Amino acid sequence: MSTPTYEYAVVFEQVTRAFGEVKAVDAVDLKIRAGEFFTMLGPSGSGKTTCLRMIAGFDRPTSGVVYLHGANVTNLPPYERDVNTVFQDYALFPHMTVGDNIAYGLKIRQVKKPERQRRVEEMLELVQLPGYAARKPSQLSGGQRQRVALARALINQPRVLLLDEPLGALDLKLRQQMQVELKSLQQRLGITFIFVTHDQEEALSMSDRIAVFNHGRVEQVGSPAEIYERPQTAFVATFVGTSNMIAGALARQLAGADRTYALRPEKIHLSEPGAASPPGSLAVDGVVFDVDYLGLFTRYRVRLDSGEELTVVQQNLLKSATDVAARDGERVRLHWQREHMLELQG
Amino acid sequence: MTTLASPTRPRSLLSRISTALYTRPWLLTGLLFLLPALYMGVIYLGSLVALMINSFYQLDDFSGKIVRDLSLKNYVALFQPANLSIILRTVSMAAAVTVMCALLAFPLAYYMARYASPRLKGLLYLGVLLPLWSSYIVRVYAWKLILAREGIVAWTANQIGAQWLLDGVLATPVIGGPSLSVSMLGMFIAFVYVWLPYMVLPIQAALEKVPKSYLEASADLGARPGETFRSVILPLSFPGVVAGSIFTFSLTLGDFIVPQVLGNSAFFIGQAVLAYQGTAGNLPLAAAMTVVPMVIMVLYLLAARKLGAFEAL
Repeated sequence: MSTPTYEYAVVFEQVTRAFGEVKAVDAVDLKIRAGEFFTMLGPSGSGKTTCLRMIAGFDRPTSGVVYLHGANVTNLPPYERDVNTVFQDYALFPHMTVGDNIAYGLKIRQVKKPERQRRVEEMLELVQLPGYAARKPSQLSGGQRQRVALARALINQPRVLLLDEPLGALDLKLRQQMQVELKSLQQRLGITFIFVTHDQEEALSMSDRIAVFNHGRVEQVGSPAEIYERPQTAFVATFVGTSNMIAGALARQLAGADRTYALRPEKIHLSEPGAASPPGSLAVDGVVFDVDYLGLFTRYRVRLDSGEELTVVQQNLLKSATDVAARDGERVRLHWQREHMLELQG
Repeated sequence: MTTLASPTRPRSLLSRISTALYTRPWLLTGLLFLLPALYMGVIYLGSLVALMINSFYQLDDFSGKIVRDLSLKNYVALFQPANLSIILRTVSMAAAVTVMCALLAFPLAYYMARYASPRLKGLLYLGVLLPLWSSYIVRVYAWKLILAREGIVAWTANQIGAQWLLDGVLATPVIGGPSLSVSMLGMFIAFVYVWLPYMVLPIQAALEKVPKSYLEASADLGARPGETFRSVILPLSFPGVVAGSIFTFSLTLGDFIVPQVLGNSAFFIGQAVLAYQGTAGNLPLAAAMTVVPMVIMVLYLLAARKLGAFEAL
């Protein structure tokens, strides 16, 4: 008999988790597809970790239902759920060797010792730490502990792997390397990864889909490109990347509607005053008041004649490395395509 | 040509002393360490060495004077049946008290470390420590009254019709006696009471150091609470239990007040030391008897290390 397959690995139905008066998670609906790399992105206190803990079973919803592969697990304890977690602080047992840590789940399931040893070796191979079984966690570096934590979770062959900001404690180079490794591991194993992070770059680079959390609610769910190119709320537009907000008189002047629009700094072109605009584009004039040279690109702050301030980012393509397209105090004309003004909800 | 004035100020004595100490850290450390080193080295260890040397001297039976010839006669005397039974009785009591203290302290310490709100935890700390603020002798005498034939325990047993139970317990050989206030059981109760704080605090400190994420990780990997307790909580808090047991075990080994107040004529090590030294005037034998708890504690610590008690420190 084969186990039934469900389209969704995890489903949240109107899940709320309140701590006293505070709703850490507020009526969240979520559908995480089986086999995808799903990221829950948000600032600290946005409810993303609480959601992860409710999938693992460390926390229970105040109301609402959690489904794992079609089964209602709302009130199931963690040890009866087919998910495993990589903890933020790794939570390796300090009194056990690396091998015993990794074998822990198998030992609980009473897998025989030779089989356990074989699979521990396999796992150490997988996370590129062969020969480390006899060491103690205290003898490992942060990156190595991270890998052991991963091996300890994966050895149980969970259908869903939960990762709670696992790269937060690593330095930048190691973090980028682990991002690539995690992504390729997920694609090779084909299991659902649910990844929690507050780092939008990490989320964009690794995920199949991202849920952006804010104040206990999901603001938007979509692919990295959808989230970045079509943010639906002001929060998403500013939390994922940066955006200029255009509202009020300027919005009426440019778009003819009294709505709020997001405009990415890199979509704006900087040109000389009086330059002709390409067809279909909008143009405004202003004065540069701040220039930050950042190597790959330069960031300009421009005060428009109408009073608003816009941030413009230009790649350093044309000028020599030490020169920039415009200087402090220079008059410039900005133009951008009309469709790059993204209308936000509310 | 003008030279810049160097920033020399008239320097006070204090300033020069602090500079001298700052540039010679070993001098400061040495000065700070001097007093405790003198105390530990001369007064504390010195008297201990004097005691050990004394245990190899003899008492002249006729003159009652101490003969300063080194021999093992006192240690041979310890193996006489009377002394052996004192040692055995004391060690058994210390072991029983330690086990009971651990059994009572662990759940309390666990509750304090894991569940109690900061406010409740403060109150529980107070509750554990409060008895230590009053005199130990007063508390032992209080137990004498509580356990006496006319005391509240006997009275309560009578009121609820459990007199037969109390009589049955008192009639039990070894632990019983004429009343709870003159019995091994009474001593056991008082010992557990007076030493319990010394078990609660180290266990609580050890449990406090076990992060919640370890328990979650264990559950996450499929372990039921009982399994998590055996595989994670107990091994990680075991050093605390051992630390606590060192207190309860050694304090019971050396105590002579509780056996004197609540015991019968059967001696404990502490009483024997007191009697040999005071009544009999046999200081060398008393000294040899004192070495017994020390040797037992050393063996105990070696056994604890063998069990891996200090690995998770």
